[in-house]
Amino acid sequence: MAYLELNNIYKNYGQGDSETEVLSNINLSIEEGEFVAIVGFTGSGKTTLVNLINGLIEPTKGEVLFKGKPVSGTSHERGVIFQNYSLLPWLTVEQNVLMAVKEAFPKREKAVWKRKAHYYIEMVGLTPAINKLPKELSGGMRQRVAVARALSMKPDMIIMDEPLGALDALTRGTLQDQILNIWEKDKRTALLITNDVDEGIYMADRIIPLRPGPNATLGPEFKIDIDRPRDKTELNDNENFKQTRNAIIEYLMDIGEERKAKATEEILLPELTPIDFVK
Amino acid sequence: MKQSITLGRVTKFMGLGIFSTLKDLFTGKLEKEDFKNFIRKTIVPLASILLFIGIWHIGAKALYNKEADFKIQKALSDQGQAAADAMEACIASGDVSCKPNTLPSPAQVWDSYKSLLRDHNIIAADKAAFKEKTAVLNEKRIADGLDPITYTGRPSFVDQIFRSLKTVFAGFLLALLIAVPLGIFIGLSPTLKSSFNWFIQIFKPVSPVVWYLLVFMIVKTLLIDSNEDSSFTISFISVGLCSMWATLVNTAMGVSSVDKDYINVAKVLKLGPFQKIFKVVLPSSLPLIFTGLKITLSVAWMVLIAIELLAQSPGLGLFVWEEFQNGANDSNAKIIVAMFVIGIIGFLLDRLMLTIQNWVSFDKTEAI
Repeated sequence: MAYLELNNIYKNYGQGDSETEVLSNINLSIEEGEFVAIVGFTGSGKTTLVNLINGLIEPTKGEVLFKGKPVSGTSHERGVIFQNYSLLPWLTVEQNVLMAVKEAFPKREKAVWKRKAHYYIEMVGLTPAINKLPKELSGGMRQRVAVARALSMKPDMIIMDEPLGALDALTRGTLQDQILNIWEKDKRTALLITNDVDEGIYMADRIIPLRPGPNATLGPEFKIDIDRPRDKTELNDNENFKQTRNAIIEYLMDIGEERKAKATEEILLPELTPIDFVK
Repeated sequence: MKQSITLGRVTKFMGLGIFSTLKDLFTGKLEKEDFKNFIRKTIVPLASILLFIGIWHIGAKALYNKEADFKIQKALSDQGQAAADAMEACIASGDVSCKPNTLPSPAQVWDSYKSLLRDHNIIAADKAAFKEKTAVLNEKRIADGLDPITYTGRPSFVDQIFRSLKTVFAGFLLALLIAVPLGIFIGLSPTLKSSFNWFIQIFKPVSPVVWYLLVFMIVKTLLIDSNEDSSFTISFISVGLCSMWATLVNTAMGVSSVDKDYINVAKVLKLGPFQKIFKVVLPSSLPLIFTGLKITLSVAWMVLIAIELLAQSPGLGLFVWEEFQNGANDSNAKIIVAMFVIGIIGFLLDRLMLTIQNWVSFDKTEAI
């Protein structure tokens, strides 16, 4: 049985005439220890999908099963890293992480909480900034705090909603490696949502494109058979990488073309004949 | 790393940038490029103050002449030429008995200010002497289980200021204790919000005078058995009730409009209801709550004067009223002194709240 299972998920927003179907017929299953990436255009309903899995919203139809049990509400078993970091700006790095630790392990002593928080802050390399406020940190550092916060709750599965979307290319690369290192240490199940195909291929075992919404649905999956640890520079010469990358991009481009074609169909040109001024 | 706190930092933080500019001028730190800035920030305000005093002086003079002419004409029509001449001579001599009663000039107000200070020093010395004299006796009385003898003389102007500040802070505290918790409840629950909305909308615009009368009706009956002077209680409760609305509305708004991201964090971390309120909702609405408290404090100070006057509670309001009733030759000048003192203290209170507000706030745009 799959670790996380999504069966025939539909999600609608709005009511009555303004009701739109954002996600339709989503089926997904993730095995334990697997790293899955979902790639899609912006606005295709990726965040909606993530919120369904982490329990912030409920599907209109269908069911989300986590370890065989239906998901209702959020849980400490599924750690979330949000796109916009979502750190509490009035708390320091340490306090932000401590808050999560306290909630996940309510019956421990203060010293244990602190030790755990410090361990995860050290893991993302932020010990020197432990007493800083989020506004004093760079974007990459903030996202590392968010990673530490999510990991500190020792979730069974970690869900990342475009965690690196707002970062520059260099910081992105370093953080990708950091996340992979951490993931490889204890092989937690991971779901990464991204708009970057290369990022997906570099990090995941499996890539599933999300066809753009409304009525977004998952496309065919692409397996990434590249041995870990993967090397970014070597990856560019790897035949397997090139093929998979081209296949995914081609697939996404085709969807894009389809979308464009549909859009042009709808424009009706008025029947006008230009007046000839030269007689 | 600890940063040293300089005068410039503090004054800028409190919105009193003019002081640091002045300091730079005296310490010779002012650069050439700053000169334009210096003119705008220091010379222009100073010039406008001088202009204000000038217009005031000319206006007061004109009013004085008008009043004097009227007095002379009146003497002429009532009692004839001799009386008019006598009146004119009397006014010219500056005698107290026939001084035209009108807007005092800046110089008169300054004199009154000095005389009020002198008066305060005399009373303070008197008080100290009284304390010394009764010290031994009071010790004995306390030992015998009796109340000590207290000074019951006339309060000085400075005493009145402190009394007013005491009333305003008591009222402010009351407003804080009522409005913040109530605002949190209203902000959290849409049901409470709709049940309280009419109440807020109707009572918010009610005038301080009416609030005073309402409080008077209730407190008078509640304290009917007590022999103590209830004027202080009545005035601070009225001040609190008049001024709490801004805090109530701001708190409710702040609590109900917490950033969705923070709420999601609270949900994902599975915070309990109390944790959610104290760790997420309250900190994120603190800036708005403090904006409300700032308005509350300035409203409290503004209505205080009217309420003290009505309640006959000692303080600046009563001082103004008594001076007006008194009609002594320098009463008008004393009223103007009180006006400036009220204005300056109001400004300082506002700055105090602004400082606290800056201190507790975080920058929303930078934080996300």
